[in-house]
Amino acid sequence: MAQYSLTVNNKTYQIEADARMPLLWVIREIIGLTGTKYGCGIAQCGACTVHLNGNPVRSCSIPVSAANNQKIITIEGLSADNSHPVQQAWIMEQVPQCGYCQSGQILAAAHLLSRNPNPTDADIDRAMMGHICRCGTYPRIRKAIKTAARLMQQKASVK
Amino acid sequence: MKTTTVTRREFIRLTGLGSAALALGYYLPAAGRPAHILKVEAAENLGIELNAFIFIESSGKITIMNHRSEMGQGAFQVVPQMIAEELEVSLDEINIIFAPGSQTKYGSQVTGGSSTVRGAWRHLMRMGATAREMLIEAAARKWKVNADECYAENATVIHRATGRKATYGELATDAAKLEPPKNVKLKNRSEYKIVGKPLPRQDTPLKVNGTAVFGLDKKLPGMLYAAVERNPRFLGKVKSYDDSAARTVPGVKHVFKVQMDVFSHKREGVAVVADTLWAALEGKKALRIEWDDNGFEHYGTDQLFSLMHNSLGQPGLTQKAAGNFDAYFSKASRKLEAVYETPYQAHACLEPLNCIAHFKGNSCEIWGPIQAPDWIQSDIAMKFGLKPENVTVNMTFLGGGFGRKAFTDYTYEAVAISKEINAPVQVVWTREDDLTQGPFRPGAVYECKAGLTQQGRISAFQVKMAAQNLNHQWPGADTESYNDSTTEGLPEPYLNTIPHYRFADIPLASPIPVMWWRSVYSSTNAFAFESFIDELARAAGKDPLEFRKQHLPDERHRLLIDRLMEVSNWKQRGQNSGYGAAVTECFQSIVGEVVKVSRKADGKIKIDKVWAVMDCGWYVNPDIIRAQVEGSIVMALGAALKHATLFNEGKAVQRNYDTYKMPRINEIPDIEVHIMENDERPGGVGEPGLPPLAPALTNALYDLTGKRIRKLPFNLEEF
Repeated sequence: MAQYSLTVNNKTYQIEADARMPLLWVIREIIGLTGTKYGCGIAQCGACTVHLNGNPVRSCSIPVSAANNQKIITIEGLSADNSHPVQQAWIMEQVPQCGYCQSGQILAAAHLLSRNPNPTDADIDRAMMGHICRCGTYPRIRKAIKTAARLMQQKASVK
Repeated sequence: MKTTTVTRREFIRLTGLGSAALALGYYLPAAGRPAHILKVEAAENLGIELNAFIFIESSGKITIMNHRSEMGQGAFQVVPQMIAEELEVSLDEINIIFAPGSQTKYGSQVTGGSSTVRGAWRHLMRMGATAREMLIEAAARKWKVNADECYAENATVIHRATGRKATYGELATDAAKLEPPKNVKLKNRSEYKIVGKPLPRQDTPLKVNGTAVFGLDKKLPGMLYAAVERNPRFLGKVKSYDDSAARTVPGVKHVFKVQMDVFSHKREGVAVVADTLWAALEGKKALRIEWDDNGFEHYGTDQLFSLMHNSLGQPGLTQKAAGNFDAYFSKASRKLEAVYETPYQAHACLEPLNCIAHFKGNSCEIWGPIQAPDWIQSDIAMKFGLKPENVTVNMTFLGGGFGRKAFTDYTYEAVAISKEINAPVQVVWTREDDLTQGPFRPGAVYECKAGLTQQGRISAFQVKMAAQNLNHQWPGADTESYNDSTTEGLPEPYLNTIPHYRFADIPLASPIPVMWWRSVYSSTNAFAFESFIDELARAAGKDPLEFRKQHLPDERHRLLIDRLMEVSNWKQRGQNSGYGAAVTECFQSIVGEVVKVSRKADGKIKIDKVWAVMDCGWYVNPDIIRAQVEGSIVMALGAALKHATLFNEGKAVQRNYDTYKMPRINEIPDIEVHIMENDERPGGVGEPGLPPLAPALTNALYDLTGKRIRKLPFNLEEF
């Protein structure tokens, strides 16, 4: 066991854990934020995606020791009131069915749009193909990313 | 099972609704008789169990209890949507909670067979209307006017002439003193404000910010965690195990052998219980187990399919037959024969199995992603010697279900572990546990034979299915019985227009556990039926959709095919693309799909588009229907192109998503869903969109390339 300091959703946590413990279990079981999901444990499904220093990563495959003193954003940190344009677009297009994969999908989409405000279908494929949705909400995910892009542009033009 | 009365006190305990002034439920006396709508208090006095759904508190808070599980299919939305329509409240004004599992209170809660709407819509809407009428009557008495001078709107009763108003909250206590009316008038469809509208789902906001609680997210005070290493062979036992390394993992508290029922067999494993999930998982990895794998066949996929293929010479067990197939097949002017094959598949829900159990001696409480709470209540009660009313089964949101979470193995195992350690415990299955242990969708082989008349009509038709029969797995099952799902997926009118037919099955005996998988046997039957119909249409020299129309002459099927032709521009389809169609029917809904494929400049074949037309009769929420058909098409694409569970020496080979491949966003064609408008009785929505996709796709590939696919899954890259 060792001591680690993690900044999750702008709050710093001092935790004690086995160095090999995946960040996923630290976030869910020690910090207690359960919006980040376990799907495969081998970085194949994307359900555990979080932003580590602004980049989407698979928290199931990153040991806590590699996240020490780093900045992490989980789905709970995107916005608590569903005000982020990606969350709004997800509601407008009624994307989720079971909803289990959507935390990861939303964080991947938010990262894509932060780098590329007007993604093409090919851009969306590249950013999202690491995420499995067993319910098959892919057509709506694609549509919602385009809706979110529009919402962000509207917001920018108002400013 | 013994019926007991839910007292008001117990009711409050179960629901947490202490201040409900008016509480209504329904009671189903016996099959075929109309449901009675009763107040909870009246039911207590009569000793009757209710399906309890509506609670109105004097504060004005309205709660609707949803008795069905929510696994993505939208029951959380459509059950309240139906009640709210007749109750005259908007969905924004109500609070929705899951009902705890109770075999005696909610009727069937098993969320399967696409049955939520088609099974209970009349009861649910009558109950909403009954509460509304009681609230109107209470207002009329208060104002000393006739009830028919008043109407309800937005949780308020209004006196038409004076505009006087009273809210449901103000009226609830008085309404509770009235007798529920025996006959209430339900609205005409033209009067609906909520039903039939694409209203946004009430669970969506919870599912975009991480607040929806799935089974794995639920925690109890003092809860321990368990991970179980189960024998990778389906009937294997634990011979011995060495837990010395596992016990050195910090946090590991107990290691012991555990059994769970899988149909008539016991599955054995070794459980590691720890105070953290990580410790339980690490402890599990450190176990050294010697398995006892004697006494049963260690099948591989090739052997299983050889057994099925070789059994096709047998006559089989007839489910349905008419006329004389053999005689008319032998004298048909044109004969066709084909054999089709579909694989074993895992459900692969994105949320792996998990369950919390707290066994407390005389009672037990369970939390988890559960499709069949009432079955689990009776299963646990029976197997652990508890009274059913002392077994509480709580449903969380389900991260996918597809039939897997309607089984009782994982809940039984959790209770057994809790009993052993005398503490609440969450049993967590890894992805590998989830994909390798089954139950699976059964693999199947179909032998199809048919004769055509000189005019190109089907005169004789026979399908023999070789596959495991789900029903044969239960203890004491009659393994000589025919499979009653052999015709599942087939549009019914074929049985009127084909004079000589026979549908039979040859059951395969195998230790591999099998279970319902979204749309059940339709998901595999339809590939054989609708591929073969296409082969017959080609042999008859007919347009494939015109050929189907000729054999499905009733209005509903004809209109559906016309719509499918119209939306896909079928008659103007060009020579450069391949078009394939399929029409199937299951759970009282008919779905037709057309797939368009083409060869791109790089030589690869692309699926350009899928058109679907769904006829589910009377419906509640068109947007949920579209979502379910889209999702069914994506799941069917995966099942046709991406994955299969193979077996080697009695073990499942595919252990995670690296080998059990899933369709990805870049592989999904444009999907367009249309819904037929009619007043037919409601049909299922969650499953019927799945079966037509695979045959429509392979029929389209034949249209483009002349190559016929008769075995799933197949690799699109190989064309």
